[in-house]
Amino acid sequence: MHKRAQKILIYVLILSLISAYIALPSTLPIQFSLKTPWKEFSVDTVLKRGPLDLKKVFIPFQRSLEYSMGLDIQGGTRITMRADMSSIAPEMRDKALESSREIISRRVDMYGIGESVVRTSKVGDEYRVIAELPGITDSQQAVTLIGSTAQLDFREEVATPSAEATMSALAWMQNYKPTGLTGKDLKDANVQFSQQTSEPVVSLSFTDEGKKKFAEITTRNVGKQVAIFLDGYPLSAPTVNEPILTGDAVISGGFRTEEAQQLSIQLSAGALPVSISVVEQETIGASLGQEAVNKTFRAGFIGLIIVMVFMILMYGWSGFLADLALIVYALVTIALYKLVPVTLTLPGVAGLLLSIGMAVDSNILIFERMKEEIKAGKPFETAMELGFGRAWDSIKDANVATLFTCFILFNPFDFSFLNRSGMVRGFALTLALGIGISLFTGIVVTRSLLRVFLKEKKKDSWLSRIQSRGRRKKTAEEEA
Amino acid sequence: MIPFMKFKRLYFILSLIVIIPGLISLFMNGLNLGIDFTGGAELILGLQETATAPAVPTPIAPDPAAPTQPPAPIATQSAAQATQSAEITYSFDTVKTSLQNIPEALSVMDGTSQSGPLLTIRMQPISPERKTEIMTSIKQVQPAAKELRFETVGPTLGKELIVKTIVAILLSAGSITLYVAYRFKELKYGICAVLAMLHDSLVLLGSFSLLGKFLGVEIDTLFVTAILTILSFSVHDTIVVYDRIRELKHKKVARTYAETVDIAVNETLSRSIKNSLTIIFMLLALLILGGDTIRWFVFALLIGTITGTYSSTFTAAPLLVQWDDWAEMIAVLKARRGKNGKRR
Repeated sequence: MHKRAQKILIYVLILSLISAYIALPSTLPIQFSLKTPWKEFSVDTVLKRGPLDLKKVFIPFQRSLEYSMGLDIQGGTRITMRADMSSIAPEMRDKALESSREIISRRVDMYGIGESVVRTSKVGDEYRVIAELPGITDSQQAVTLIGSTAQLDFREEVATPSAEATMSALAWMQNYKPTGLTGKDLKDANVQFSQQTSEPVVSLSFTDEGKKKFAEITTRNVGKQVAIFLDGYPLSAPTVNEPILTGDAVISGGFRTEEAQQLSIQLSAGALPVSISVVEQETIGASLGQEAVNKTFRAGFIGLIIVMVFMILMYGWSGFLADLALIVYALVTIALYKLVPVTLTLPGVAGLLLSIGMAVDSNILIFERMKEEIKAGKPFETAMELGFGRAWDSIKDANVATLFTCFILFNPFDFSFLNRSGMVRGFALTLALGIGISLFTGIVVTRSLLRVFLKEKKKDSWLSRIQSRGRRKKTAEEEA
Repeated sequence: MIPFMKFKRLYFILSLIVIIPGLISLFMNGLNLGIDFTGGAELILGLQETATAPAVPTPIAPDPAAPTQPPAPIATQSAAQATQSAEITYSFDTVKTSLQNIPEALSVMDGTSQSGPLLTIRMQPISPERKTEIMTSIKQVQPAAKELRFETVGPTLGKELIVKTIVAILLSAGSITLYVAYRFKELKYGICAVLAMLHDSLVLLGSFSLLGKFLGVEIDTLFVTAILTILSFSVHDTIVVYDRIRELKHKKVARTYAETVDIAVNETLSRSIKNSLTIIFMLLALLILGGDTIRWFVFALLIGTITGTYSSTFTAAPLLVQWDDWAEMIAVLKARRGKNGKRR
């Protein structure tokens, strides 16, 4: 029987080593020197671990093996926007919402925001788009980028405008009429720098149809102005000197480089079919989150040590074995976080630490049960097996209740009547994972450790004391 | 063996002593809901005096016009440190004055973090454009101000969260009741476990109502998470005790039900305390050393763990005995009435 336990322990050891490899930071400087009478050793290296890529063994699985940090830790912006559907036919609304999401996520991707999430939600009559943008702490910039509809159109002069400088937006709108050439005819938009003024401009390239339309418009309007409007506002109104047949157009509007870049992104990603307004926004600077995480991890480490010392004080050698299992637990959990990957939020970290406090629960249940069996005068080995067997019922029932709550908090089916905030979900996920892993380490690992290392010969303080007491009681009973 | 069940009235009274003040506060003051629920905006500014230290309008100087003077660089580091506390009041006051021009602003609070003093400004829900305007006007009087965190929640979203919270709590409590009832094959266990759970949530809600009243602690989404977690904790512990009661009842080790419960409580109490201690150690470490953001969240979990441990032994188990007593009484009464009926 112990052979089997030994085998399990070897697997557990391998698992822990792999987990430790994943759990440790990707660069780990090792520095120490050892003075011996003969020679002085000094080690000063940096252990490095690359990202995980199973493509080499033909499995499409890639992980960077870094923590995936939530917005509250690494800083970033979460924006909830309401789409104004009043001008859209009811049956077309779902489609409009979905295409808004696609366009917004295209804009976000082009802007180069890594690991951003754009999703939609429908609550009652409200249609919403929610964007989570890690690393963006300039909230205004983010809102401008994703929220503007970016409907571009070209308009031609109706009457010769009066003095340009004094013209109001209203006058602009009255003086120009749409030509039918819009952002839909665009193929691409890029930032360039004007050769004359060296200011940034947005260059447009049209689809074939757009090219044809543009050529017609410029031919028709030689010597007049053709204005470029964005979301109903004039951007620039260059005068056409000669017909442009190649389909080259440039918007110059005294942009700053970022503005030009934003506009080019909005234009090439396409126009939003609906207008959008911000209903909720959260921007978190990175420094605040990082500070809190460091503190939380340090607190967790100290808590872990207290728990371990407590276990040894209470259960001696078996407590130490349970501590080993707890370390395996911590390693496997962290490795799993990096592999899944679980997005770490502050409450998530708290959930992880809480689950460490709870992980020894099954051990305590088992040890107390063993104590009782030994007290009842059962031989040691039997008591151990019985302890595990009987405690299992309670452990199972007790944890199922917690899993129910995790399920409701995590809301895996994305029910709109339940919570969907990332923070709460992070907490639920880490707690649930914690329960699963702690069942494995608390029962399988500890049991194997006990079977192999805790033999009757080992004089374990509390167990042997209780055992001799139990035997005495039993013989006394038999005599009586 | 300690005959715990003899004193079951005492435990009920003790629970009431803890619950009633909180309950009164809940009815009188309610809960101090944060912007997650009520809607609104919160802007947290960092004022890093080390990087761009605003000049301290030498606090000794009696000149009342001093605070409006433009900041001048501070010469030495030690000077900056010596006057740090003065700087905080300086920035606090100037920002507060500048906020008088902003109709949306509701309140300003100051605090500190590792990176320097913090200012928390509460406002009505505002648009991002409006926030930029406000930031610009604040920066005019306080150039060192840096936006650390900004959150705005529309009023409809807040209402939605309240509904979601209630649904989640009902679902959670309901599914746990059903599970316990199913596992123990008797509704009695399920209902008593839920009553113990209710006990714990009342303790938690009551204490946070009091904390909100006296310390201004706010209820946010995380608090909801804490409540739900506590519900499952509470049941977790209760199930272990019930499990033992069931096992002992099966073995028929005691004559009466109360005695069975007594033996079970005696046998599980040390486990229950030890297990809660490990969780409490962890939570205490987080409470004392952890970050500010999750401080009240951890505190809620801590209260919940303590009351959960208490309630599983001293509420959930005595309730079973009480239930049994009453059931017996009703049976006796019925029997008596039956007999009377026959006599007539």
